[in-house]
Amino acid sequence: MEKKIDVRGLSCPQPVLVVLQEIKTTDKGRLIVLVDNETAKENVIRAIESQGWRVGEVKWEGLDCQITIEKD
Amino acid sequence: MNKNYFSTRWGIISVGAIIGILAPILQKLGNPANMGICVACFERDIAGALGLHRAAPVQYLRPEIIGFVLGSLLAAYLFKEFRARAGSAPIVRFLLGFFAMIGALVFLGCPWRTLLRLAGGDGNAILGLLGLIFGVGIGTLFFKHGYSLGRSQPTYPVVGWILPLIMIGFLALRIIFPPVEGQEINGVLFYSLKGPGSMYAPLTLSLFISVIIGFLAQRSRFCTMGAFRDLLLFRQTHLLSGVVALLVAAFIVNVVLGQFHPGFQNQPIAHTIGLWNFAGMALAGLAFALAGGCPGRQLFLAGEGDGDAAIFVLGMIIGAAFSHNFGLASSPQGIGPHGVGGVIIGLVVCFFIGFTMRSKTR
Repeated sequence: MEKKIDVRGLSCPQPVLVVLQEIKTTDKGRLIVLVDNETAKENVIRAIESQGWRVGEVKWEGLDCQITIEKD
Repeated sequence: MNKNYFSTRWGIISVGAIIGILAPILQKLGNPANMGICVACFERDIAGALGLHRAAPVQYLRPEIIGFVLGSLLAAYLFKEFRARAGSAPIVRFLLGFFAMIGALVFLGCPWRTLLRLAGGDGNAILGLLGLIFGVGIGTLFFKHGYSLGRSQPTYPVVGWILPLIMIGFLALRIIFPPVEGQEINGVLFYSLKGPGSMYAPLTLSLFISVIIGFLAQRSRFCTMGAFRDLLLFRQTHLLSGVVALLVAAFIVNVVLGQFHPGFQNQPIAHTIGLWNFAGMALAGLAFALAGGCPGRQLFLAGEGDGDAAIFVLGMIIGAAFSHNFGLASSPQGIGPHGVGGVIIGLVVCFFIGFTMRSKTR
């Protein structure tokens, strides 16, 4: 079970800040980021890609979006 | 996988450039000099039009503010991004909006106008811009130490509709009580007979252009404060490229339209007191950073259903009223009699908020 990072409801720049802090302590593997708006989704993806991570599955469920991010 | 063109690098650059072209055109159409768009000044003019303050030269119900919110609302609905949400320390956001406005009116402009003043040749805006960056920089330090206003919660759609409905109400007032030549009051609205409040582009053009900008800004997440915040916090230049595009485009258009006049003295609606140009914008930048968006961005967020951003906007409008009633706002003659006190109190309040609202979970 991958670790889930819930940044729903947080305003800028916190979604990116929280996710970057989390991947700083994770060398590789998979994480799931939970966001609740398109802007946070775009910002998180832009930030993790600049850190050498890539985006796996992006899945909307109602108001929430699950982004799987991974690094080998 | 990313279908939103406007959230790409070229997307944000084109939006910045479009705003940079349209703002000086709004000046040509009648808006005040170096003030094609100024969110702080225009909200201040709205406060004046409603009689919340009675500073005679700055009373006009600016349609641009209305258009920004409604353009964003339109984009949010078309792209299914409207999300009614609220509850992230609303009273603190009100206060941040309030003091952001006080800081902005000591400088005489929001971050957008800072760029437009620079693009028009106003050298006094250099210290304003540096102050803005300095204030945003302090804000990033608070974020690094766990500052957070907490999470918002999804809520009834109508919560997200309140500010757009208020804007529609304002528009109705502007249509019912239009400006009348030589008349300071029509019905419930106040108008300026001279000064910046008496200078405005035709209603339909202002509305049309601002709806386009609101629409594009919602799609691109354009944010002038975020541009510097992301650079300082993440070394990211995405939003900054939009800001640079705005500055370059506005400069070119100003040169073409004969609106570029370099210098420090006698710049339109500006004063030359460098320290307070810097300090005013430092306060504004800090407050914008702590609230998560520049004043334009707060309007666009409010348009897509963010009830907390809407509270920030109302805080700015009330802040403008206090600014003029209490003699905090500057004028071309210099800073207001109590401007220094206003900035100091604002900085104390922002530091208090920054130090005390830290999430223990991080």
